[in-house]
Amino acid sequence: MLEVRDISWQAPGGEQVLDRVSLQVKAGGLIAVTGPNGSGKSTLLKIIAGLERPAGGEILLEGEDISSLDVTARAKKGVCLAFQQPVRFKGFTVGRLLELAAGRPLSQEQACALLAQAGLCGREYLSRQADSSLSGGEMKRLEISTVLARKGRLLLFDEPEAGIDLWSFSGLVSVFKALKRQGGKSLLLVSHQERLLETADEILVLEKGRITEQGPPAKVLPRLSLSCPGCGRREAVPL
Amino acid sequence: MNSITKKLLETVAGWKGKWEGACSLRENGACVEMRSTRFVEIAPKEGLPGLDIHILPGCAGETVAVPACITDGGIDDLVYNDFHIAAGARATIVAGCGIHTENGEPARHSGIHRFFLGPGAQVRYVEKHAGSGDEALRAISPETEIYLEESAQLEMDTAQLGGVGRASRSTKAVLAAGARLFLVERLVTQGREQAKSAFTVRLDGAGAAAELASRAVAREDSRQSFSSRITGNAPCKGHSACDALVSECAQVDAAPSLCARHAEAALIHEAAIGRIAGEQILKLRTLGLSQEEAEQAIIEGFLS
Repeated sequence: MLEVRDISWQAPGGEQVLDRVSLQVKAGGLIAVTGPNGSGKSTLLKIIAGLERPAGGEILLEGEDISSLDVTARAKKGVCLAFQQPVRFKGFTVGRLLELAAGRPLSQEQACALLAQAGLCGREYLSRQADSSLSGGEMKRLEISTVLARKGRLLLFDEPEAGIDLWSFSGLVSVFKALKRQGGKSLLLVSHQERLLETADEILVLEKGRITEQGPPAKVLPRLSLSCPGCGRREAVPL
Repeated sequence: MNSITKKLLETVAGWKGKWEGACSLRENGACVEMRSTRFVEIAPKEGLPGLDIHILPGCAGETVAVPACITDGGIDDLVYNDFHIAAGARATIVAGCGIHTENGEPARHSGIHRFFLGPGAQVRYVEKHAGSGDEALRAISPETEIYLEESAQLEMDTAQLGGVGRASRSTKAVLAAGARLFLVERLVTQGREQAKSAFTVRLDGAGAAAELASRAVAREDSRQSFSSRITGNAPCKGHSACDALVSECAQVDAAPSLCARHAEAALIHEAAIGRIAGEQILKLRTLGLSQEEAEQAIIEGFLS
C-alpha cells in the first residue's frame, strides 16, 4: 500500500506546486488523479518515484518510509513510473529496453506479450531502435510496456493516454482493468480521460496543488465538467 | 604465441583457442602462424613487411583472420597487407590490433591495408583495436584504402575499445558503378587519449552508395576529431553520420563535408555531439539501475 502524507513542493521560482497533498492507494487498488494542466499531477508522481524531492511530507510504501530513498532504491522497492513524455534512446532496441526493465533476459514471446498488452503487436518491433524512428504513440506504448515488465508493487502512470490512437486507447483501458483484476499491485494514474478515470476506485481532483474533490467515479465524474473544464473528457484522444 | 597475445586476441579478434579458416597472426612484428586454404591464399609480401591475401573465385563466406599483437613497449610495427578479392567471392576478414606495454616504453602499430574487390565481390571487414598495461604511450595508426569495382560491397566494422593513447585513422574509398560501402566506426577514449579519424570517399560510378556512421564516446581529458568527405561524381548516394557523447573535460570535433560533382548525387551528412541526456539516466534509474549502471548501459547501447 502507498501512503502519501502532506507532500508539498515548490518550483524553483517559488511557486507552490503541491500544498500538503495526502492520499492512499491500497494493494490491488487504483486511484486516479485528474485536474487542470499545471495543477501538480505529474510533479506528484515524480515525487513518489523519487525524481523530485518534496519540501515536506512523507511517502510510505507498505508502511516503510521511502521518503529519503533515491530513484534507484525506490525502483528496487517496486516503484515504477511510466513517464508522460517517453525517453528515446539511440542504440537501444525495443527488446533491450524491455530486458533492462525486466531485469533479466526475455524470450521473444515474453517481450512480445508485454508489447501486446500495451497494444504494440509484432515481433519486428523488438529489433527496432527505441529512438526517433518510432512514432510518439509507439514510444508511449513501449513506455507502458517497460512498467508492465517491472512487475513492481506500485505502478505510476502519467497520462498514459497521451499520443495513443483511438484503437489502442480501448486496449489501454483494458490494460488497467486487467491490472486491477490481477490484484496485488497499487496503481496510481494521472489522466484526463473519462474512460480511464472510470476504471479507478477513487478519483482525486487536484487544483492549484491541493486536492479539492475526492470520491468514487460515479460521484466525482458528473461534477468534473463543471468544476474542472477539460478533466474527464470523453472526446477522442489525440492521434 | 605468448599468454598476453592470447588475451589480446580474445579482445580484438574474438579468438577462442584456434583459427578455423585461413589466418596469419603477427606478434611483435613477426609472423607466428600462417595458413592458407583452398579459397584463400596468404603469402608474405616481397620487399615489404606484410601480406598479399588472395580470396579466390568460389569463396563463399570463409573467414580470414589477420590480427596483430604487440606485447611490450619499445616496438614500432609497420605492416602492409593487400587483400585481393575475386569477382563474386564472399568473405569475412577479421583484423585488428592489440598492444600491451609494461616496461614503460611506448609501442606503435601502423597497419596499412588495401582492399581490391572485384565485380560483385562481398566482404565484411571487422577491425578492433585495444590497448592495456602501464602508462606508456600505445599508438595505433590504421590506414585503409578500399577500391570497389562494379557492384562490389564492403561492410566495414571498426572499433577502438580503449587503452590506445594515440590513434590516427585514415580510411579512403573509391566506388565504381553499383558498388556499396557500409562503414561503422566506434571510438572510445578516456584519460588523456587522443584519436583522429578521417574518411574520404569518392563515388565515381552510377548507383554507387556509401553509408558512414561514426559513434564516439569521449571521457575525462580525452580528445577526438572526426572528418569525412564524400564526393559524388555520378548519380549516387552518400550519407555520413557522426554522433558523439562527451563527458567531463573531453573534447570532440566533427567536420563532415560533402562535394557534389554531379546533379544527381544525393549526399547527406549529420553530426550530433552532446552529453548523456539526464532524462535517459533518470528513466533507467526508474528501472532499478544505479547512476553508474545507467551511464554504462547508455554508452554500450550507443556504441552497439
